[in-house]
Amino acid sequence: MSGTAPARVKVYVPRDAAALGVGAEDTARAIAEEAARRHVDIELIRNGSRGLLWLEPLVEVATLAGRVAYGPVAAHDVASLFDAGFTHGRPHSLAHGRTEELPYLKNQERLTFARVGITDPRSLEDYVAHGGYRGLNAALGMEPAAIVAAVTASGLRGRGGAAFPAGIKWKTVLGAAAAQKFIVCNADEGDSGTFSDRMVMEGDPFVLVEGMTIAGVATGATRGYIYLRWEYPDAKVALEAAIAAAAAAGYLGEDIRGSGKSFHLEVRMGAGAYICGEETSLLESLEGKRGQVRFKPPLPALQGLFGKPTVINNVITLASVPIILDRGADYYQHFGTGRSRGTLPIQLTGNIKHGGLVERAFGITLRELLYDYGGGSLSGRPIRAVQVGGPLGAYLPESQFDTPLDYEAFAAIRGMLGHGGVVVFDDSVDMAAQARYAMEFCAIESCGKCTPCRIGSTRGVEVIDRLLAGENAAKQETLLRDLCETLTYGSLCALGGLTPYPVLSALNHFPEDFVRPVRAKTVA
Amino acid sequence: MSSKPPRVIPIHPEPPSSLTAEQHSAVLAACARLKDLPGALMPILHAVQEALGYVPKDAVPVMARELNLSLAEVHGVLSFYHYFRKEPPGRHVVHLCRAEACQAVGAVLLEAHAKEALGVDFHGTTADGAITLEPVYCLGNCALGPSIMIDDKLQGRVSTQRFDALMHTCRSQGVHAKDGR
Repeated sequence: MSGTAPARVKVYVPRDAAALGVGAEDTARAIAEEAARRHVDIELIRNGSRGLLWLEPLVEVATLAGRVAYGPVAAHDVASLFDAGFTHGRPHSLAHGRTEELPYLKNQERLTFARVGITDPRSLEDYVAHGGYRGLNAALGMEPAAIVAAVTASGLRGRGGAAFPAGIKWKTVLGAAAAQKFIVCNADEGDSGTFSDRMVMEGDPFVLVEGMTIAGVATGATRGYIYLRWEYPDAKVALEAAIAAAAAAGYLGEDIRGSGKSFHLEVRMGAGAYICGEETSLLESLEGKRGQVRFKPPLPALQGLFGKPTVINNVITLASVPIILDRGADYYQHFGTGRSRGTLPIQLTGNIKHGGLVERAFGITLRELLYDYGGGSLSGRPIRAVQVGGPLGAYLPESQFDTPLDYEAFAAIRGMLGHGGVVVFDDSVDMAAQARYAMEFCAIESCGKCTPCRIGSTRGVEVIDRLLAGENAAKQETLLRDLCETLTYGSLCALGGLTPYPVLSALNHFPEDFVRPVRAKTVA
Repeated sequence: MSSKPPRVIPIHPEPPSSLTAEQHSAVLAACARLKDLPGALMPILHAVQEALGYVPKDAVPVMARELNLSLAEVHGVLSFYHYFRKEPPGRHVVHLCRAEACQAVGAVLLEAHAKEALGVDFHGTTADGAITLEPVYCLGNCALGPSIMIDDKLQGRVSTQRFDALMHTCRSQGVHAKDGR
């Protein structure tokens, strides 16, 4: 085999922030140095992450039989990998065989994440060679209304959490007459337990750029902003490189690929406010103001950024558009169940053995995710609770693990899918502390505009403290439930409106944690 | 006849400023470079913090004048966002994740350890000026927690031992080195 193999071996070491956080930079440097020392001709490619995060840094080597995976590879493992002949895909104690054959990856339906971890995110050529820009090319040959109709027919719903049909939003903006319209990408991925936006932006930034360009062409918007949280500096670098490369190749700017259409795109940074993930608050922030929630109506689709018609969608929503335009609405909506069509990039996180990204059609159950993919808890202890949908999502007990991941099924159990984050807790979790934290988080992040959220969250912390101290507990519980009702029905946006989800689900499903004769643990 | 210069009543009286000349020119430069952007205030605040490490109180009137905003508007924005700091930080800023996914793998213990080991509470700077500790609500590294970010570098699976080792490295590096990856 080695006789026919190309002399220059491609070695992949992710540049994804999660991989860098466990030493991928040192691993990459060690591989480059060791190759130079041994006069082995390698091409080091810094890809995105495949999403098998417990194996990071996951090093891959291209062989004639496909890419072979090794991981987790620390810098000190590199010499032994060369000794074993890993550049020819030979066995080693860290080898996992062909990447594509790993069950975690093989049993996924990767549509939005089709290229993440495979291509070089800095290379436009690589993007195009792997099917990139076919969606935009198709869109450029269509009437705007036909593009919007395709997005509507695909059944794509907002992946940021609210699950509003994307096509309807787009149609409103298309129908609005204005001299300037905007496309805004909500990349303020603040939910704990989520990182799919980050992985796309770092691992395949062009797909977001393409999706936003299609949105612009479809609705007549010529300017776009990506509102990115400051916590993602690596994503900023990747996006800005992609925007520059796309503009240089005529995929952005004036007269895109000779179509007469134009679209300009820039990245703007947030500054650490969870509330700015709420769409109207994000628009305020983009306008240079305090990120306070706006009343609706008017809808952002009619009076959004700077008062102009604005499409505002999450990263995953926009990044799912190119494949819909490329493969057709039927192809996309064929995945999924009920009114939840297509795929959801699910993030398996917290106390889980095999944490990472699992993109599957809607309908998979939590149990399959936790045990078939996740392999149970990281600690080896029983899984006691799972929080789905971020800090405003409900805590689910084991009895609800058979709930299918589907927007309606989660609404039926008073939970929400949100942005697809699944946070796992083992039996050492103190659910009363989690409920208290949910109120505390709401108090820290409240924008202050409406009273139930601003004051109710602080009162919520106090009531839980009194409840746990055993001061007239039955009365405190009544008060807490009453307060939650006020938050649910009286808040202006989802922050105050959904904070009762984690609080009440903890109280309802784990009441034993709220009764404590002697309280030894401290709740920070 | 009248050799006396005309009396000028300043429309924008300059309040006494504690900014150094370098700080003042850095704020002016950020404003000059970015003020024509739509929604310029956020990019300008980022640029000032990038240049100076924080946004000094006395930078507010300068930005307000350059952008034709009121002091209250600029102060309101500056104080709304957790990321903007009004005091100079230590040589390194450590953001420690307090969110649920990290809690599930020991972030509460790590937080207590960090405060103890550094001798500071959140928003505090160590006595030697090396490290400022800040809370953060999710770094997007939820499968490999507990997570911290040192300056702009993410670190995953941070045990208490690893935290101590990372802090030791911070302290042995003299100056804040901002390197691109």
